[in-house]
Amino acid sequence: MNVVTPFEGIGASVRRKEDLRFLSGRGQYTDDINRPGQAHAFILRSPHAHARLRAVDTAAAAAMPGVVAIYTSADLTAIGGIPCGWQIHNKDGTPMAEPKHPVLAEGKVRHVGDPVAVVVAETRDQARDAAEAIAVDYEVLPVAASLAAAQAPGAPAVHDDLPSNLCYDWEIGDAAAVDAAFARAAHRVVFETTNNRLVPNAMEPRAALGDYDTTSGEHTLYTTSQNPHVIRLLMGAFVLNIPESKLRVVAPDVGGGFGSKIYHYAEEAIVTWAAAKLGRPVKWTADRAESFMSDAHGRDHVSRAELALDAEGKFLALRVQTQANMGAYLSTFAPCVPTYLYATLLAGVYGTPAIHAEVKAVFTNTVPVDAYRGAGRPEATFLLERLVDVAARQTGFDKLELRRRNFIPTDAFPYQTPVALQYDSGDYFSTLEQALETSGWNSFEERRAEAMARGRLRGIGISTYLEACGIAPSAVVGSLGARAGLYEVGTIRVHPTGSVTVLTGAHSHGQGHETTFAQLVADKLGVPIAQVDIVHGDTNKVPFGMGTYGSRSLAVGGSAMDKAMDKIIAKGRRIAAHLMEASVEDVEFERGTFRVAGTDKSKSLTEISLAAYVPHNYPIDEIEPGLEETAFYDPKNFTYPGGCHIAEVEIEPETGVVSLVNFTAVDDVGRVINPMIVEGQVQGGVAQGVGQALLEACVYGEDGQLLSGSMMDYTMPRADDLAPVSVATHATLCTHNPLGVKGCGEVGAIGSPPAVINAVVDALRDFGVNHVEMPATPQKIWSIIHGKS
Amino acid sequence: MPQVSLTVNGKQHSVEVEGRTLLVELLREKLRLTGTHVGCDTSQCGACVVHINGESVKSCTTLAAMCDGAEVTTIEGLAAADGTLHPMQEAFREYHALQCGFCTPGMVMSAVDLVAKNPQGLSEPEIREGLEGNLCRCTGYHNIVKAIAAAQEVMHGRRASVAAAAE
Repeated sequence: MNVVTPFEGIGASVRRKEDLRFLSGRGQYTDDINRPGQAHAFILRSPHAHARLRAVDTAAAAAMPGVVAIYTSADLTAIGGIPCGWQIHNKDGTPMAEPKHPVLAEGKVRHVGDPVAVVVAETRDQARDAAEAIAVDYEVLPVAASLAAAQAPGAPAVHDDLPSNLCYDWEIGDAAAVDAAFARAAHRVVFETTNNRLVPNAMEPRAALGDYDTTSGEHTLYTTSQNPHVIRLLMGAFVLNIPESKLRVVAPDVGGGFGSKIYHYAEEAIVTWAAAKLGRPVKWTADRAESFMSDAHGRDHVSRAELALDAEGKFLALRVQTQANMGAYLSTFAPCVPTYLYATLLAGVYGTPAIHAEVKAVFTNTVPVDAYRGAGRPEATFLLERLVDVAARQTGFDKLELRRRNFIPTDAFPYQTPVALQYDSGDYFSTLEQALETSGWNSFEERRAEAMARGRLRGIGISTYLEACGIAPSAVVGSLGARAGLYEVGTIRVHPTGSVTVLTGAHSHGQGHETTFAQLVADKLGVPIAQVDIVHGDTNKVPFGMGTYGSRSLAVGGSAMDKAMDKIIAKGRRIAAHLMEASVEDVEFERGTFRVAGTDKSKSLTEISLAAYVPHNYPIDEIEPGLEETAFYDPKNFTYPGGCHIAEVEIEPETGVVSLVNFTAVDDVGRVINPMIVEGQVQGGVAQGVGQALLEACVYGEDGQLLSGSMMDYTMPRADDLAPVSVATHATLCTHNPLGVKGCGEVGAIGSPPAVINAVVDALRDFGVNHVEMPATPQKIWSIIHGKS
Repeated sequence: MPQVSLTVNGKQHSVEVEGRTLLVELLREKLRLTGTHVGCDTSQCGACVVHINGESVKSCTTLAAMCDGAEVTTIEGLAAADGTLHPMQEAFREYHALQCGFCTPGMVMSAVDLVAKNPQGLSEPEIREGLEGNLCRCTGYHNIVKAIAAAQEVMHGRRASVAAAAE
């Protein structure tokens, strides 16, 4: 009989099942896969941000050693452009501008890194050497490298038929109600900020390997993706016109994603197409420089916010105007990030009754911008949590008291915000109090004084935040412009002797799904996790799936598994009723055992699964043999994790260096399945948030050159840039999914940046500073301290 | 083309390489030891760290031709022949010091050398400083630092296991 120790179920910090292969060098990432007869692709990319392609001469390159083929857009006339997954509508109801995103540049290049030609050769070095021999005649054009430049009068048009560079001009909320509230406000607070552009920089560079079976006509793409089924759908249906039955997409071990590996990229289509054309496998692997200029970037907003308060400090209304950089083309999720993942979050944890937000999305001569860990929610949280601190300072209210006065009361859930979302649960007072206690908030002034004695400026900052994840109810997102459903699929296959294989459409690229999902099965079906295998990342093995992003794996994917397990139990009860000669209603199931209520009769799951596959004594006329069930789970709502982050920093006045010295995170992520993994996710998210606040900035010159184009120029957080992070959870359960889970992947990156900058501003309180833009580099801080700003 | 003879994880190899072939290319492409990864092109990330004659080295910045006669250990060669994990590998698992696993081989190989070179033991800030050459985007490093602190106790014989070191 399968008896599981309680330590393997929900709530246990089980050590990860996947670690052994990663620690032994036996992980299998896309670039680790090699197919017989494989050729290598190198992609020639534009060195210019904006130029007309007068001519591309490949003759000399084609004669180079080892070259198999060279392709330009002239060879790709039969294939489609890269599709966008969301359509946003303008204020006037017209659809957003959606210029073609060609696989290889057609007529013009629009950002540094835009792919111009592909060289396929016997070796990667030969392909690279030959690419250098391609002569491209560029007519360099004026460049719009920033939001400001792209919207200036007479700005160069990134797309010739869109002189405004405006993708959409969108709004949400009640402008009239906001205007009325401002008219009667006792205080009006204005805050303007730029949310710095970031490069996701998953440690594994993107790679793609195309293979083609000339006898069956089946295409296979191995790719660094967070969602292989989505890639199959987008690439098969819109770009290459390959039916699903002939297109297999495999996302094997993937070395981090953070959003950047959600999207369908040109290189995936190129290697799939070229492999079929050449009848041999074709592999492409990015070097890091290519990643910088071809992976979708994140953030890049310019915003102005105005808050109206009454005399008691109650928020009356919020008015926001945001410009969002889309880059040169629309990446898969891009249009929804500054709208439905951003503006809908502007209520935050506060009961602000009236909100109006306007968002303009703008094309520029830069790499496409799309969702990066948090996606829209970090931008909203930063704007709001800095604004609240600025408001506290301007009005004289204590920053904690101002927050408490405006929190949505714990008994007010479900709570309908004025910006579309309905929060199901939360307890912002408890996460705040717990974080204040853990961080030693009340004794901070002693630490400030002690630091001062050492010549250091110490500050403390807080962020009380909320996010929406677990995306998403299909009908809701469909009405908002999504072109796909956002359910998840799970199959539970109980084998004859009782071990279990789980097929899931979610994809793990660091999240530890092989462990957490196995714990769900252990907890519900009573099967030891050593006997539970999780299969993901292969469209030929898993029926369907929408993948992993938006902290959805557990809330949506886990719920699908739970639903499939309910079906397993329901069928198992019928089989058990037959075997034990009882009525189905009398058969109960708990953790691996079916019992007849009120008797000592029982059957283990293993006995039932054996009977299901060896149906000798079996109600064969009523129940089909086998024990395998699939469920699609479409969530009823988003989930709403939230909590409180508190940062403490010290500044060295002589150098302007900001050191993070303490960080406390108390997050409500709903029910916790594996506390060790949740803590790890929060730690990692906070590191990226601290990176955004203190270190990271993707910088373009006015000429559109990517100045932070390598890991020598773009400051990735290193071990000695970070301090230990205290992580705790305080759960209110999600009310609408069966597991009560909310999601933990993004909270760290969402809550932390404003906590850090609030701490920096607090440390500089004697210098008359109202705000410090991210990243708070030593140069900025030194200039403030030494009056040089 | 130059011929390079070297020992990798205890096994002799003799391989023809181009002058420009990097050690990591030799390992990954010629010997199919794909545990060693390439995460950048500027010697910043450390995903490619291996040991050459017992010293941690970035194999993306080492020409294969320089390794004639060298003894190279990669992540595949770190565990004992019977599969028993090295204390550093064990500690990374125990302390959840890896998520996506891509930086892990280089991180572990760097950490082993860092600890081996400091038998007196390393403080937490010293471990953080010692990891300057390795980037991880997933973990925030906190658990990596804890794992290395635990592993050093075992590697220097002060504790019997990484779990005991956690006490």
